Amino acid sequence: MNACDLAIIGAGPAGMAAATEAANAGLSVILLDEQPAPGGQIYRAIETVPEERRKLLGSDYGKGLSIAQAFRASNATYIPEATVWNINPDLSIDYSLNGGSSQVSTRHLLIATGAVERPTPMPGWTLPGVTTAGALQILLKAHGGVGDDVVLVGSGPLLYLLAQQMIEAGSPPKAIIETIDRSRYLKAARYLPRALSALSYLRKGMAMMRQIRRAGVPRYTGARDIRIEGTQRAEAVRFSVHGKSHRIEATSVALHQGVVPNQQATRLLGCDHVWSESQRCFIPKLDAFFESSVENVFVAGDGAGIAGAYSAEIRGRIVALRVAQKLGDDKGTQIRALQKRLSRDEAIRPFLETLYAPSDEVMVPHDDVLVCRCEEVTAGAIREAVDLGAPGPNQIKSFLRSGMGPCQGRMCGLAVSSIIAERRKEDPQSIGYYRLRPPLKPLLLSELAQLEREPTRDEPL
Amino acid sequence: MASLGNRTADLLIIGGGIHGCSAALHAAMRGLEVVVFEKDTVARHASGVNAGGVRKLGRHVAEIPLSLHSMSIWRRIADLLDDDCGFQPSPQIKVAETAGELETLRGRVAELNGLGYTHEQILDRQTMRTYLPAVAEHCVGAVASLDDGFAQPYQTTFAFQRKAQQMGVRVLEHTPVERVSRSGKDWTVHAAGQEFIGRFILNCAGAWGGEIARQIGDHAPIRAYAPMMIVTERLRPFCTAVVGAAGRPLSFKQMPNGTVVIGGGRPGVPEPANNRTHMQMSELRHSAQTAMDIFPVMRGAQIIRSWAGIEGLMPDGIPVIGPAAHAPGAFHAFGFSAHGFQLGPGVGDIMAELIATGSTQAPIKPFSIERFPQDPTRAQKELS
Repeated sequence: MNACDLAIIGAGPAGMAAATEAANAGLSVILLDEQPAPGGQIYRAIETVPEERRKLLGSDYGKGLSIAQAFRASNATYIPEATVWNINPDLSIDYSLNGGSSQVSTRHLLIATGAVERPTPMPGWTLPGVTTAGALQILLKAHGGVGDDVVLVGSGPLLYLLAQQMIEAGSPPKAIIETIDRSRYLKAARYLPRALSALSYLRKGMAMMRQIRRAGVPRYTGARDIRIEGTQRAEAVRFSVHGKSHRIEATSVALHQGVVPNQQATRLLGCDHVWSESQRCFIPKLDAFFESSVENVFVAGDGAGIAGAYSAEIRGRIVALRVAQKLGDDKGTQIRALQKRLSRDEAIRPFLETLYAPSDEVMVPHDDVLVCRCEEVTAGAIREAVDLGAPGPNQIKSFLRSGMGPCQGRMCGLAVSSIIAERRKEDPQSIGYYRLRPPLKPLLLSELAQLEREPTRDEPL
Repeated sequence: MASLGNRTADLLIIGGGIHGCSAALHAAMRGLEVVVFEKDTVARHASGVNAGGVRKLGRHVAEIPLSLHSMSIWRRIADLLDDDCGFQPSPQIKVAETAGELETLRGRVAELNGLGYTHEQILDRQTMRTYLPAVAEHCVGAVASLDDGFAQPYQTTFAFQRKAQQMGVRVLEHTPVERVSRSGKDWTVHAAGQEFIGRFILNCAGAWGGEIARQIGDHAPIRAYAPMMIVTERLRPFCTAVVGAAGRPLSFKQMPNGTVVIGGGRPGVPEPANNRTHMQMSELRHSAQTAMDIFPVMRGAQIIRSWAGIEGLMPDGIPVIGPAAHAPGAFHAFGFSAHGFQLGPGVGDIMAELIATGSTQAPIKPFSIERFPQDPTRAQKELS
């Protein structure tokens, strides 16, 4: 099988920009994406969204169109609706398409699978009617509307953006319940001078706040002991602020505590990861060109650490140029210019990360909270296993089956590592994370059985 | 790094798998002071990730007495370890897909009966279907061991570890053994920059057992091997037995929660030097095909995860159990060739008896390391 120069997984801003840049530099490029059209989560449906809805979603969203158009115009091979389920150590990639399995082989790999919303284990989070803010936003992007009985709960800029979009769509949220308190503003303030070099973000944030205020959406800050009540489905959110108890009725609750890198593919490949205390998640260990500890494997976009859509795009371009350089084309000047733009764009991050750090209540939930939804494992059960002597996430998984369900550990992974770290009074870095194994997404047994391939490695025996 | 403290003991065990932890517990029950050295964490490799079969069925004839002895411990495992280990009694059944395969199975049962073993029996087509209503039409019959079972591998090994620790055994995790040497009548284990001294040493190092054997002065032609397994999403209950196939590799069982675990002989790529394995999906597809052929209900099932552990494989497919060839006070229990889990409780007990009393009634001679060519002069040289 002939290997392409660069294979990219994910058609968000990083993947599209990298594919375009690399193809324009003369590299053979294949981009595999799970969605039917380019855009990723941030620019979902960007090519087909009606004009009116595009306006409603804001000017930042609109920027995706030119990236997608440039990608479409490039020579990169685009394979949509392809679910990557395995990446072999030789960088051959197994993916599902139209119910069958195929394989591509590559010399360099860019993992641009972006971020996932941080799971938010709290009492009642598994009730019907409770979603993530991201899921609600997908509804908005794809269909233009949400219900009119929605409460937003958590922390982070996405909550404000979503609120603003809901206001524009004519169905403002009933309330925003924030887990951050005023002391965070003080802590974050010392990063403001640096953040000023990314002033546009601050301006946008303030405009969103103004609009939320004008629309009369009540905001509660410093919410504690949040509990979603309901028997068959969500009925209300109960919480306290400074010791005073509140209860807001709602049949729809959207939870959000920021986003974290999607680490499934980098873990599968055995890339080194480091715990980021400021982002409170694991981030693949990368060099200045976004190459991981596994040679020729790159990560760009939010998968390389959360930095937003514009940074994702720049990172994607840096990777493309770096691969071209590795193949003998001098791109040093262009790369340095992009690195400079990147560092300007990232200047806002320390401020945002300090202000909107996830609440401890979801990082290390109370004993009675379900952490692994698939196998119904509580935080308390994990603590008990730690007390018995289970040393890490993989032993907890073997012992309690957490992470062994259909979500493949995506929901409980970070919480399990955090709970063990808290209980053992160690750093999450030393506790580590689940070992990941193929398939990356659930795969039909019949599809595996049909896999036709010459062995790519020497027979072991 | 584990805390070290007292660095003398009666017995130094290398390897914190099920055999190391079981031997440690049984030795402690006999009053020995024991230290277990584990380079990673307990049950990190084969012991924590195997198929969990508690199987007398299909054993090598030499292994049957050990397997029967082990089974007697499995039946009271909850009393022994204060943990049920997820042990579920259930039939183990190996189905024949052709008349020829069934004939071979009949021959096997006749041979066992001739030796006085009656735990395996032939199931005709109809009887097989009462145990396996979902089995494919083309299957013609089976051999079964009806009072076998399965257990949770990590839970079991972890329970042995905990019980051993309660009995005073020191389990030093993240403590790779750098070197083993003789000092007079005693043995020294060099680990974590320290020297531990014991009267006896037991090599339970699994796939890494060959290197430990070499340092003891013995030769064992072991290879690392990485059997792969698959687990599916939850399915409606359709099978309560553990199922194999007579003509091709398969280990198949539906867990109490509905998920199906499929394994059986298809190897991934082991990297014992860095403790990793790589899956070979191109090989694993055969296991998927076999499972669907024998249980058509599996065609629509989704795989959630695959994995592989690192095992030690001997050329004749049976383990090394017993005293070292040339070095008094040293013992081996390794190289279980991907079927050591069921033997763990029993072999641990036998090793403890052998070490504590100097002898055992268990017929372990076929497992002697001396069945492989040894070089006595090399042993002398390396230990001098």
